Amino acid sequence: MISKRTLSGLPPWYFLLPAVFVGISVLMPLVYLVIRAFDGDWSQTSELVLRQRNLILLKNTLMLTGSVVLVTTLLAFPFAWLTTRTNVPGVKLMTLLGVMPLAIPGYVLAYSLLGVGGTNGTLAQLFGIVIDRPSGFWGALLAISLYTFPYLFLNLRTGFLGLDPSVEEAARSLGYSSRQILFRVIIPQLKPSYLAGMLIISLYVIGDFGAVSLMRFETFSYALFLQYESAFDRVYAAWIALMLLALTSTILVAEYKLLKGLSFYRIGVGSARRTKITELSSWGIGLAWTYVLAVLTAAVVIPVVTILFWMAQGVDPFIWNSFGDAIRNSITASAPAALLAVFFAVPLAYISIRYPSRMSNYLQRFAYLGYATPPLALALAFIFFSLSAVPFLYQSLALLVFAYALHFLAESMGPIRSALYQAPPRIEEAARSLGVSRFRAFWLTTFPLLKSGIVAGSAFVFLSAMKELPITFILSPIGFETLAVSVWGYSAEAMFAEAAPFALSILFFSVLFVYLLFAREWKKA
Amino acid sequence: MSSILLILQKRIVSLAVLCCLLFVAETALAQITVYSGRNRALVEPLVDRFQAETGITVRVRYGGTTQLAVAILEEGRRSPADVFWSQDAGALGALHNGDMLLALPDSLTQALPPQFRNSAGSWISTSARARVLAYNTKQISAEELPASVYDLTKPEWRGKVGWAPANASFQSFVTAMRALDGEEKTRQWLEDMRRNGAIAYNNNNSILQAIEAGEVLVGLTNHYYIDRALGSNTNYPIWFAFFDAGDSGNLINIAGMGIVAPSRRVEQATRFIHFMIQEEAQQFFRDSTFEYPVTTGLAPGYRLIEDVLELAPEIDLDLLEDLDGTLRLLRQTGLL
Repeated sequence: MISKRTLSGLPPWYFLLPAVFVGISVLMPLVYLVIRAFDGDWSQTSELVLRQRNLILLKNTLMLTGSVVLVTTLLAFPFAWLTTRTNVPGVKLMTLLGVMPLAIPGYVLAYSLLGVGGTNGTLAQLFGIVIDRPSGFWGALLAISLYTFPYLFLNLRTGFLGLDPSVEEAARSLGYSSRQILFRVIIPQLKPSYLAGMLIISLYVIGDFGAVSLMRFETFSYALFLQYESAFDRVYAAWIALMLLALTSTILVAEYKLLKGLSFYRIGVGSARRTKITELSSWGIGLAWTYVLAVLTAAVVIPVVTILFWMAQGVDPFIWNSFGDAIRNSITASAPAALLAVFFAVPLAYISIRYPSRMSNYLQRFAYLGYATPPLALALAFIFFSLSAVPFLYQSLALLVFAYALHFLAESMGPIRSALYQAPPRIEEAARSLGVSRFRAFWLTTFPLLKSGIVAGSAFVFLSAMKELPITFILSPIGFETLAVSVWGYSAEAMFAEAAPFALSILFFSVLFVYLLFAREWKKA
Repeated sequence: MSSILLILQKRIVSLAVLCCLLFVAETALAQITVYSGRNRALVEPLVDRFQAETGITVRVRYGGTTQLAVAILEEGRRSPADVFWSQDAGALGALHNGDMLLALPDSLTQALPPQFRNSAGSWISTSARARVLAYNTKQISAEELPASVYDLTKPEWRGKVGWAPANASFQSFVTAMRALDGEEKTRQWLEDMRRNGAIAYNNNNSILQAIEAGEVLVGLTNHYYIDRALGSNTNYPIWFAFFDAGDSGNLINIAGMGIVAPSRRVEQATRFIHFMIQEEAQQFFRDSTFEYPVTTGLAPGYRLIEDVLELAPEIDLDLLEDLDGTLRLLRQTGLL
């Protein structure tokens, strides 16, 4: 099953060029950080870099990352399995519901989870029960797991959809039990998509500051957030950012070692058969939906009810003046960013899988570095470089879209890469042997197989760009306020009622966009 | 897919051209660009009034005070900003120290009491806010509150105080404490507070929510959040108190403005700042954003600066610019 099949020689220019372009663009913020880091007075810098506290931050960051990966795995597997391999009714609804937590800004979720406990919390007001508000490690673990598990869910979904049922059948005919098939056949085949999801979640946890700062759990990114929140000395901030990048690089290397030499496409002839569907009993169906609704209650219902509760306190009509603009701005920045990210991700994934070499591998990893670079550092680097190279583009929509795409590119890589792992190069070769050009061969054979990967990938980028703050603050055109900026602006002034309609709009348009993407996929299927 | 990308590419090219044109057109018009760390929801009505009265167009970039200050430092002499509107003295000080602020004309600096401008005259305050002790009115009465911020390190306050070491206005207060009471005493206070189980939140709002939730009893915050919350909810269980007159805990903090050094529209920028210290704007700050005005002699209203200046410690605003020393101290005491 596992066969090495790659193409030799140099990848075609139309794949190589975008890939190299991305690689160079991602290195730019890195260069910036290094320049800043060595700006400072060395004795003071070393005191900051070598202090004991960094070890505590490291321990906390690793502990949280590991735990979130564990919890999201437990949360996401049932979702992915139920929506792809069973006859559970309402699959489409369940798929959408499973993506919804991504549409809720992390700090809104954290706020609302905090609002459940305490003497004045929802539980106290409704039922007279006073529980402690979630905080520290457990609070951060709860909040982050709830809104990141969809990353793993969608990656696994892509993996499940691409499974080759003939291998399972072969295993069964050899007398394997269902359990053995699960552990020896299915799970190994899901490895690339699982690793891709895990990677993005790890990077997310390492970089998140919304939930950790509200839950008061000190990680590296929290320290970085405090730094950018209060200090104008950019040297120490650059050092923390570089330490963060060193940490993520380790994870990237580890993931690479685990993935090395894998390929999972069918090598037999003929077309893939439909996957075998597990028939659930009515008990099973009930249990499945209970599970889904329980997770959704914590991840979506609580924050939405909280938002509605804010709104019920009376919204200042003043906000409706800017409401339409905020919606328009959010969409005109996020949708092109999603497309551009996919446009970059496909060639990167393609050359790294079909033309594996040191170079293509580095290029692909660079895409992840863009994600690991703290957004504010990325935005400052863009000021630094765009003002000297392309001043007329500074604070233009085009530059904002590009910055989004570069930063969130990694989120779209996972699903596209997983889909590519399962797309056999043979058909492409066959098409070429029929005299079709290289690009047409790719376009006609491989590209359609990437569909579910591209759908998931662009959904990720769109959802993230809708919620993004630091890059938007600094790089958007003047007066260009997005929904997320408005939510932040009002909630920073404790005007939660005014923040509510904007937060709900993020949720609504995110779900709408994801629905449209999946609707295409479902129609074609 | 490819056609969408093609259209996208065309869009990007045409946008780039458009931006060039805008850039050219911009210099010809009477308009200024303001980087505002103050929230749009709070100050936009005032900006609109200025535009209506003067015919000068104001383009505002709203964002976090620190982020915008760092952006201006990063932009350097290419900064498109004419005016920087800050929530605190530290950010203005950082721009001043980075040579990114012009000296303001006397018409601005002489219009205010001396405690509301820096001595170089590169920025002035437009409104003031007080550091106070917020408390849960259902759980404690005003008489039980401490007389000094230094009393919060006593055993009876163990685990009952919320603070926000990462917050800019808290840091300004620490800067003031260092200037007033000395480095060592401040360090001791920070360490004692930490040992006494003060709970660190990420900002003033989070402190107030924790007080509301009963997680802490009192918290060190700015005054105006409480006024605003009471405006929409008369049952709000939080009120605030000052410490004894002259206590470092009663610092008066400022929001202020300066003209960004590369500005080519100094005249319009000056008019903008001047507008903010006129009676109309000062009354707006007092009545709509619940701050203290910085000019004296306003008609009696909700709150007057004269009242609070008696409680506040006397301090030179220049000293509040030294944020670096405060950050170092907060890091050494393990609070940042």
